[in-house]
Amino acid sequence: MKLKTVLALALWSLPLAGCVDLPSSPGEGATTRMLRASFKSRGQATVDRLNQDEVQASCSLYKGEPPGAASEKIEKSQQATIRYPSSGKLLGDWRQGERIAQSGVGRQFTDDPSRPAGGGCYNCHQLAPRELSFGTVGPSLYRFGKLRGFGEETQRYAYGKIYNSQAFLACSNMPRFGHNGVLTEEQITHLVALLLDPESPVNQ
Amino acid sequence: MPFYRLLAPLLAAMLPCVCLAQQDTQKEIERYRQLLQESNPAELYEARGEELWKTRRGPKNASLESCDLGLGPGVVKGAYVQLPRYFADTDRVQDAESRLVTCMVTQQGFTPEEAKRNPFSGTGVPMLTTDPFSGVGRRSVMTDLVAWIASESRGMKIAPRMSHAREREAYQAGEKIFFYRAGPHDFACVSCHSGEAKRIRLQILPDLLHSPKDAQRAFGTWPGYRVSEGELRSMQWRLWECFRQQRFPDLEFASDASVALVMFLAKRAEGGTFDAPSLKR
Repeated sequence: MKLKTVLALALWSLPLAGCVDLPSSPGEGATTRMLRASFKSRGQATVDRLNQDEVQASCSLYKGEPPGAASEKIEKSQQATIRYPSSGKLLGDWRQGERIAQSGVGRQFTDDPSRPAGGGCYNCHQLAPRELSFGTVGPSLYRFGKLRGFGEETQRYAYGKIYNSQAFLACSNMPRFGHNGVLTEEQITHLVALLLDPESPVNQ
Repeated sequence: MPFYRLLAPLLAAMLPCVCLAQQDTQKEIERYRQLLQESNPAELYEARGEELWKTRRGPKNASLESCDLGLGPGVVKGAYVQLPRYFADTDRVQDAESRLVTCMVTQQGFTPEEAKRNPFSGTGVPMLTTDPFSGVGRRSVMTDLVAWIASESRGMKIAPRMSHAREREAYQAGEKIFFYRAGPHDFACVSCHSGEAKRIRLQILPDLLHSPKDAQRAFGTWPGYRVSEGELRSMQWRLWECFRQQRFPDLEFASDASVALVMFLAKRAEGGTFDAPSLKR
């Protein structure tokens, strides 16, 4: 019981400790209080989602453009979060990857939490050329493997980028799909295959 | 020669067609808008709203005709484009919707809960049919009133006030919320609404951060009748729906955070011509 309390306290103080070296801004507390008073829990989207982790707080404070030192700090800390599959197999099934890339469901209060989430990749990226309804918030990934090579190094990069985009670009607009538990390790390997299987429509 | 070898140059040759097709689609949507603009279903909401403004309702059996939207009791013409603003009687910065809640309470005797109960008219999202905020085919007094009040500012310049300290504070809070990242997807408003001609799928996103023109067009066209939903939607609804997609919890109708964000957006859109209720995809 006691140990649990100590652990809980330690966990709570971790993000706080991390925030100490961030520049403080007057009125920030007031805005956070305003947010807490303005949202209510609904389904899986409970109000604890308003709590920011260190990276979210830093990116908000720097308006998405952290200076060099802060940027390096984020990328380093996020690099350490990436978990590669224990099987060592990074290339899954591109057909399943395509379905995950198409699906934008997951984590909204109107979504069924028992169903697996999608990646919503087409919302922001061009991938397979036959899908014309693609977004442009992120770069085009058409011919990803052809342009970057199909080797293991590229596979590790693609897996890592999907797992935690901010390990490579602090305050990236892209969700940290693996780190935040939106996609499973296996789902991510399917997306890696969509990008890097030579048979994938992305590379045709 | 393998089939895909032949296919690659063919696809490459097709790419310009794809882009052209997208431009054509956009043009067609614009043309459709132009056509429908001549007879926008929003006018039905506006007409009902005007009627509701004058109708005696609530425990006090009173109309809203002496409601002060910022330009004095009963003045509706031009009120919307000067909101949100600070109101001394409530000691709050209020947008059109939150001010209407105040008037329904003070003039008509509704409880705040009653006044806020059904802010959005029937929605096409099936998951939300049991939602107290909506319901298929359900009309919303709030939506009708906002449609009419907004229509009484059509053609005027968007001119949010920034003279009271509380109005400046609301703007600053709104700016912070615009950049506030949270939730399982790390999204903030800025994640999508920054950068020129960005799209989610085929939907073009206004660059609310850098482009006054985009901000003016976005702010100046809510409320809007959404053809895809067959409903008129207000700015409060727009923000609520954005936060749902951001994977945030449920934004409370007429809450301080929502008003602060409206203030931030209104200021970004300052000087633009207000052209709502509009027609949207």
